[in-house]
Amino acid sequence: MTGEEWEIIALSLKVSGVAVLATMPLAFGLAWLLARGRFPGKVLIDALVHLPLVLPPVVTGWLLLIAFGANGPAGRWLADWFGVTLMFRWTGAALAAAVMALPLMVRAMRLSIEAVDRRLEGAARTLGASPLRVFLSITLPLATPGLLAGAVLGFARSIGEFGATITFVSNIPGETRTIPLAIYGALQIPGNETVVTRLAIIAVLLSLGALLASEILARRAGYGKGGHVL
Amino acid sequence: MSFEIAVERRLGDAHIALSLTSAAGLTALFGPSGAGKSSVLNMVAGLLRPDRGRIAVAGETLFDSAARIDLPPDRRRAGYVFQDGRLFPHRCVRDNLLYGWRLAAPDHRWMTLDEAVAFLGIGHLLERWPRTLSGGEAQRVAIGRALLSGPRFLLMDEPLASLDAPRREEIMRVIERVRDELALPILYVSHDRAEVERLASTIVTLEPARVG
Repeated sequence: MTGEEWEIIALSLKVSGVAVLATMPLAFGLAWLLARGRFPGKVLIDALVHLPLVLPPVVTGWLLLIAFGANGPAGRWLADWFGVTLMFRWTGAALAAAVMALPLMVRAMRLSIEAVDRRLEGAARTLGASPLRVFLSITLPLATPGLLAGAVLGFARSIGEFGATITFVSNIPGETRTIPLAIYGALQIPGNETVVTRLAIIAVLLSLGALLASEILARRAGYGKGGHVL
Repeated sequence: MSFEIAVERRLGDAHIALSLTSAAGLTALFGPSGAGKSSVLNMVAGLLRPDRGRIAVAGETLFDSAARIDLPPDRRRAGYVFQDGRLFPHRCVRDNLLYGWRLAAPDHRWMTLDEAVAFLGIGHLLERWPRTLSGGEAQRVAIGRALLSGPRFLLMDEPLASLDAPRREEIMRVIERVRDELALPILYVSHDRAEVERLASTIVTLEPARVG
């Protein structure tokens, strides 16, 4: 493996790691809302959350470009207030990965929250626990394996993110060229088979490891016999 | 008066209405399943809000729709023993027992862990996990957990229903000792007449919930 390839792998891990960590609170909030909330329009939020799962990734990337590009409303706001630009940056790649990972993360987390026996929460209340303490001492620990499974699954999805990323932040070496983009780039030039093979093996191993980890965690969460997140 | 309850609550199509006052000891709420017995316990515990009415235990008002009093469950000091034990699966027996004890104000506690363990004979279970307990063991731990939370009264929802005959006898003796030695007011729900006649000092029959 060359130094350049290590750099690509490191960038992929950084982009995916940041994407998942930054998305965790939002994903948890949405999962909680969908699992426990009762309000009109819940179906709409559910559908919106799942949209990146079914939308062509290139459309998601284009929408990000419109929103977070130099002249996009969110992009201009970020630039004016924080001096932050996402377009053509690794942070933009992380945003694209986060949007694409969100549906899977919310799904897994929602299942794990729904799997918590609410009668245990009632029992804790009668034993003197405030709603916040019930959340921290009962609900959260019981849901944690599933929440972690969701995070690992989101990480796996982020590692593989291609379409929205290349549309939104292009394919810039050292900045936005993650493993899938590097493989795509290498495939454009004849004679790069060994590079492609090495990166492909890394991609398979990373994805497989993450999937196995999330399956193991999901089973520990006790979704029931044969429960899984996929 | 131990329990003074006059509540109404509509649940789906069913209409639960109950009015009772009872003296000290164990008050059994007896009736067929579906009569809303568990719902009444949940209303006393604060887990289910009555549409209207009043609930007082040992002179303290827990709920009064007219006076707009509705204490949250964590301030009612109810020791609730559920049919299925309902132990926290991610905590060992010791931590289950101490869950309510740790949350109770020190002057509300009237039993130590050692006393509860001796009273219920569960010393050998302390390091075990709830899923490894038999039904009878789990129910004794559940009773201990409720007692250790420093309750002013106990609510028991068919605590014998999921046990086999020898275990029923064993837990029945524990409940008799709770009733006689600890002198706590107990509101006890069952659909088993023999069980109720043996344990109860007062029996209240709840008719099937009116439909419509």
